[in-house]
This record gives sequence, C-alpha cells and structure tokens, in this order.
Amino acid sequence: MAEGLRAYWLIAGMWIRSTMAYRASFLLTALGNFAATAFDFVAILLMFSHVNSLGGYSLGEIAFLYGAAAASFGFSDLVMGSMDRLGRRVRDGTLDTLLVRPAPVLAQIAADRFALRRLGRVTQGLLVLGYAIGVLDVDWTPVKILLVPVMVLSGAVIFSAVFVAGAAFQFWAQDASEVQNAFTYGGVTLLEYPPTVFAKDLLRGVTFVVPLAFVNWLPALYVLGRPYPLDVPRWTAFLGPVVAVACCLLAGAAWRLGLRAYRSTGS
Amino acid sequence: MRLYAVVAAGGFRRFATYRVATVAGVFTNTVFGFIMAYTYIALWDERPQLGGYDQAQALTYVWLGQALLTTMALMGGGFEDELIERIRTGDVAIDLYRPADLQLWWLAGDLGRACFQLLGRGVVPMAMGALAFQLALPSNPFVWIAVLLSIVLGMVVSFAMRYLVALSGFWLLDGAGVTQMAWLAGTFFSGMLLPLNLFPGLLGEVARALPWSALLQVPADIMLGKRTGWALPGAYAFQLGWAAALLAAGRMLQSAATRRVVVQGG
Repeated sequence: MAEGLRAYWLIAGMWIRSTMAYRASFLLTALGNFAATAFDFVAILLMFSHVNSLGGYSLGEIAFLYGAAAASFGFSDLVMGSMDRLGRRVRDGTLDTLLVRPAPVLAQIAADRFALRRLGRVTQGLLVLGYAIGVLDVDWTPVKILLVPVMVLSGAVIFSAVFVAGAAFQFWAQDASEVQNAFTYGGVTLLEYPPTVFAKDLLRGVTFVVPLAFVNWLPALYVLGRPYPLDVPRWTAFLGPVVAVACCLLAGAAWRLGLRAYRSTGS
Repeated sequence: MRLYAVVAAGGFRRFATYRVATVAGVFTNTVFGFIMAYTYIALWDERPQLGGYDQAQALTYVWLGQALLTTMALMGGGFEDELIERIRTGDVAIDLYRPADLQLWWLAGDLGRACFQLLGRGVVPMAMGALAFQLALPSNPFVWIAVLLSIVLGMVVSFAMRYLVALSGFWLLDGAGVTQMAWLAGTFFSGMLLPLNLFPGLLGEVARALPWSALLQVPADIMLGKRTGWALPGAYAFQLGWAAALLAAGRMLQSAATRRVVVQGG
C-alpha cells in the first residue's frame, strides 16, 4: 500500500512537472476542463429559465446535489481518470512494460498521464456546491456541516472504486472502455439530478447493486431534510465511508482477479 | 469518383472491425439516453409543450441525439485526431503527394465512418428508446427519407468544421486545445445538452443560426414534423449553405497550409 502510494506520487509528480513546462497550455486546458463541465450546469440553469422546480426540487437543492456529485467525481477523475486507458494497453501490449517494473501495476496505471488540468472539473463542482450552500435555507446542525465534506470524500472513493472495477473488466473485455464511461460519466450525470426524477428500478440498481446513491443522494437528502424515494432507513445517510471501504475491497479483488487472468498479446 | 467511394467504404469497414467497442458504445448511448429521457420527462411534466414539443417529441429528440452523438462526432472521435497527428509528424506530406484531393479524401473516409456509426451505434439505442418510452416516430416513409438526407448534410457540415480544426494544427502544432474547444462548442450549440428551441432570447437565435444546429437540431425538427412544406427546402438550404461555406474555408486554409509545408520541407 505505502509502496503503491509512493510509486503513484513519483509518477504523478513527473507528469505534473512535464505539464508545468508549458504553463500557458496547462492554464488553457484546465480552463477548458472547467468550461466543459460547467456546460452541464448551464443546461440545468437553462431548464430553470422555464420551470421553478424539477422533480419537486428547487434550483438550490439541485445545485447542492450537482455540486456534491461533480466534486466527488472530479476528485476521483483527477486521481484515477487514467484507468480507462488500460484496455488500450492490453491491446497494444504496453502493459507488459509495467508488469516488469518493481512497483504496483495499479499505481503505475492510475498515475500514468496524470492530468492536473482535471482540477478544472473539481473547481467547478466545488463552486456550484458553495453556491448551493449559500442559497439553501437549511437548518445547519454540526452533524449536517460535518456530513458535507464526508459526503464529497467518500463519494470520491466510491467513484475511484468504480474506475478500478471498470479497468479490471478491461482485462477480459479489452475493447470495451465505453462500458466504463456508462458507470462513471453516466453515474455522475445521474446523480446531478434529484432521485425523484428517475424510475424506482433504476434507483434500486444504484442503491443496492452499484451503490452510487451513497455518493450524494442519501447524505445530501439528509442534509436537505428530504426523504429518499426508496424505503431505506435514515441512518443510511451516514453509511458513505463504510460503503466506500467495501467498494474498495471489492474493486481490489476484481483487479487482482483481472491481473491474474491477463494474457499478453505477445506483440 | 470511384476512388472516393473506395475510401468511404474503407472508412466504414475500418470502424465495423471494432465489434466489442461498438457494442460497448451502444450500451453507453443507451444508459445516457435513459438518464436524459427521465430528466426530460420531469421537465415536460412541469411544462407540457415546452419549446413546442410534447413529451413524446421531447423523448424522440433525446434518442435521436444519442443516435447522432458519434455519427456527427460531436465529442470528437472522427478523423481529426489522426490528421492532426499526421500534420504534427509531417506524414501529411505523403497525403499531399497522393493523386487525390486532400479534403475530398478525408471527407470520403469520414462519411464512411459516420455511416457506420449511424447504423452501428444509432439504430439500436433508438430501438431501445422506442421500446421503453412512448416516442413520436414518423409513420410516413418520406419523412424518414427527408430526415436521412438532412443527417447526411449534417455529416458534411460536421466534417467541414472538424477539417478546419485539424488544419489549425499546421499553425499551432498542438491541436489539443482547438479540438477541445470544438467539442465544447459542438455539444452545447448542437442542442445535445438541451434542444436549441429551449435556449432563451438572443442566445437561442444565435445558437440556431450557427453551423452546429445543422448537426442535430435541424434533423430533429424534420423528424418531429416541425419543418414541413416550404420550411423543408429552407432547412436543407441552411445546411447546404453552411456546408459550402465551411468547405470553401477549409479549401482556402488548405492551400495556405500546403504552401507552408513546402517551406518547412525545403
């Protein structure tokens, strides 16, 4: 574990230094990253130029859900976003190079092409979250205040586990990195809207199968004082960190299984 | 002419090779289609007839958008990355020696790609959407033909814009920033995030006049019966006009760029 973190930090640091060699280019791409994700929120703002509520939620409440999901995903994308390149590495055989190096493969792949510009997405999410907290009329208790950072961080860990599990799937599927996008980019898009918008079956899926609901819906609805549309107890709002650890264990197991199943292309 | 048909067929076959990737793409398009469909239902529940669409028409718009996302290369993934790479490495010099026109060559290949992606990644998500939701699909076969013609024109406009993006590589060397700006503008102004007739006031008018609206909004309006009678040739004229203007601009930039290659190669 410590060895993996050290390797990750060394490789990521190298990419940061190489990025900083072209500062203007870094600033522009970070700005582009910011704008790219901001358009999603602009679309929500455009929707609210026609309506006063969506699925029974006000703009401030949706901004709270949106900001939490976007910030969580932004952090995991910053740390783990390179994982979707695994399929390509399996296909072209460059994974073999990583296998012979004396550092954990997972750390090497996660840190590969570490893109600091992805801070643009994090910034955008945090800004929307800040805006939401500013406009919301919430009766802030110490528990609720504490729950906000816990929600963002455990959400980031859950998304990271999804990234690792998706990458592990590439050992078998090789050419199917888009499936991963459905769970990562699709997942964050889903969580940016209130759960009342979606069908019950979809909610069951993201609560009990791929537990994305713990990223923001359950804790955020506790903060907002809203019931979750599924019949789950209220204390599940605090389960985020537990679910995050469980996801990591499962994703880690899937990763080891995948790595063991790996057969080099031989090219 | 035969040469370009062969190149187009090659573009089609090349993308048809990636079967697993296509299935994975269909899965992702379907997931996104479902998420967007539910948000649109919530929006149209609140305001029926928003933007002149009823709920079934709005949902049809969602699934047409998913069908055209890769077809129109709205978020990249077309030929442009390859051409930028060839410009950066200098391989483009080989392309210029070929007894074929550079622009028509890449256009043919990209049209082949687009046609494959319309069939491979467009039809199945659309069918899934029609199974799961009440869509307003046209029953008149002539409307379908009119939509297809408009989609083909949209493909040409999409190519013409990305050709300009790729040629900027001659001056900028690193095309990453321009491609990113191009797909940002592409997703926003094509109506992929929200139909352009929901954009308020001046923003809406500007968005509808820009070339990106030829990629999704115009085909969608033909499909949903918003442009019939004399409005139909008007829609085609709009697409053709942008295609001609952008292709001409690409041609001018190309001749300026090729003069530059000679200087560099000298």
